[in-house]
Amino acid sequence: MADLNTITQALIAGDKDQVTGLVQKAVDENVAANKILNEGLIKGMDIVGDRMQEGDMFIPEVLMSARAMSAAVAILKPLLGEDESVVTGKVVIGTAKGDMHDIGKNLVSMMLESAGFEIIDLGVDVAPEQFVQAVKDHQAQIVGLSALLTTTMPMMQTTIDALKQSGVREQVKVLIGGAPVNQEFADKIGADGYAPDAGSASKLAKQIMS
Amino acid sequence: MLIIGELINASRKAIANHIENQDANTIQAVARDELNAGADYIDVNAGVFVGKEPEYLKWLVETIQAAVEAPCCIDSPDPAAIETALAVHKGTAMINSISLEKDRYDKLMPIVAGTDFKVVALCMSDDGMPETVEDRMAIAEKLIDGLLKNNVKLENIYVDPLVQPLSVNNTFGVEFLDAIEKIMATFKGIHTVCGLSNISYGLPNRMFLNQLFMVMAIAKGLDGAIVNPLDKRMMANIIGAETLAGKDEFCANYLSAYRAKRFEL
Repeated sequence: MADLNTITQALIAGDKDQVTGLVQKAVDENVAANKILNEGLIKGMDIVGDRMQEGDMFIPEVLMSARAMSAAVAILKPLLGEDESVVTGKVVIGTAKGDMHDIGKNLVSMMLESAGFEIIDLGVDVAPEQFVQAVKDHQAQIVGLSALLTTTMPMMQTTIDALKQSGVREQVKVLIGGAPVNQEFADKIGADGYAPDAGSASKLAKQIMS
Repeated sequence: MLIIGELINASRKAIANHIENQDANTIQAVARDELNAGADYIDVNAGVFVGKEPEYLKWLVETIQAAVEAPCCIDSPDPAAIETALAVHKGTAMINSISLEKDRYDKLMPIVAGTDFKVVALCMSDDGMPETVEDRMAIAEKLIDGLLKNNVKLENIYVDPLVQPLSVNNTFGVEFLDAIEKIMATFKGIHTVCGLSNISYGLPNRMFLNQLFMVMAIAKGLDGAIVNPLDKRMMANIIGAETLAGKDEFCANYLSAYRAKRFEL
């Protein structure tokens, strides 16, 4: 009998081959795909996120776990029914206009994707109107905004203002992150949340959707 | 090795408070400590103060230079803030930094054109952050070409190849190091500089990795660094690595550092 806890542990250890092997074995033993996903894999990524937040797991380890996660999800995706789709919410994410930094934004995207979110990644140097358009096009529930420069922090405010002016501010929660920003700044510009790392971002996004 | 002391940066909370409170004594003490520890330039950054950056940058330069005889490295992308700070600056300032991002390039070039300022040329463009040696060389070539055409002397250019964190891609260290080597070999007489702490982002024991990475970069030809000069092991590493890299005639610098007890960590 497949042991979902072993899958969780292998995922935390970032062992892609072991994870995919165990997931395939569980599938072969007719364990429901959504059970493997939720009780084996997503549970594992939750722990990874927590440990990252606590400073107990480091970025390369988180990347290994995420790589194992996406390989496992690739096995499960065709087996999941319509109503048990992986998607728990849609997130439009990008780095503020004028800012080329993508590493933090990519880490957050990866953690959210691992938690079952659909990610619409607009990349770097994203204009406020691009965020607005993407929210409308995809009917997203969350906007993730990143800035790594003190000079592009004001652009976060501009982006939130643009969401307001176009009438979509109420339908989304805006989460911000990046080295120079903090909770105080998030409150000041009227964002709904701030996350200091990708693990916290994932947790925050899930709280919003629950 | 040109050492730029990085401590007077408003993105550090304590410094931001000292700037807001106009606490000249503390700022002067930090500058003095940096200088005594071996800094050649004192970096000044007031970037977190939107709208007040010019005023604060000017105050920092005046305050620091009233206490110590050292030039400043004006750390800002805002031409107005830089001009205001330069108006009161004594000696040859360093400008940190111009890049190939169009807006920044167009705003900064008129400030440095035809001057004797030292200029940090950051390898960043509107196409994103460079990852490989080739990405960096493509940006560096255009930047250097532009600076030379605007009558900035080659020996006043400090190319920063941009350090990216190793934690997200294990080639990011070696691509940076190889870029240092290639820039120094391609443009004889030019300099390279970097703030290298980003290399260890996302990893534990950051200071340890930063100190090692500095030694590796010096072996490739790095001759400028934006660092915390109060990090004694970092400074000892720099002195030792330069001697080992053959840049210290008769090991004179190494020996005087020994006599000054700089290796007693």
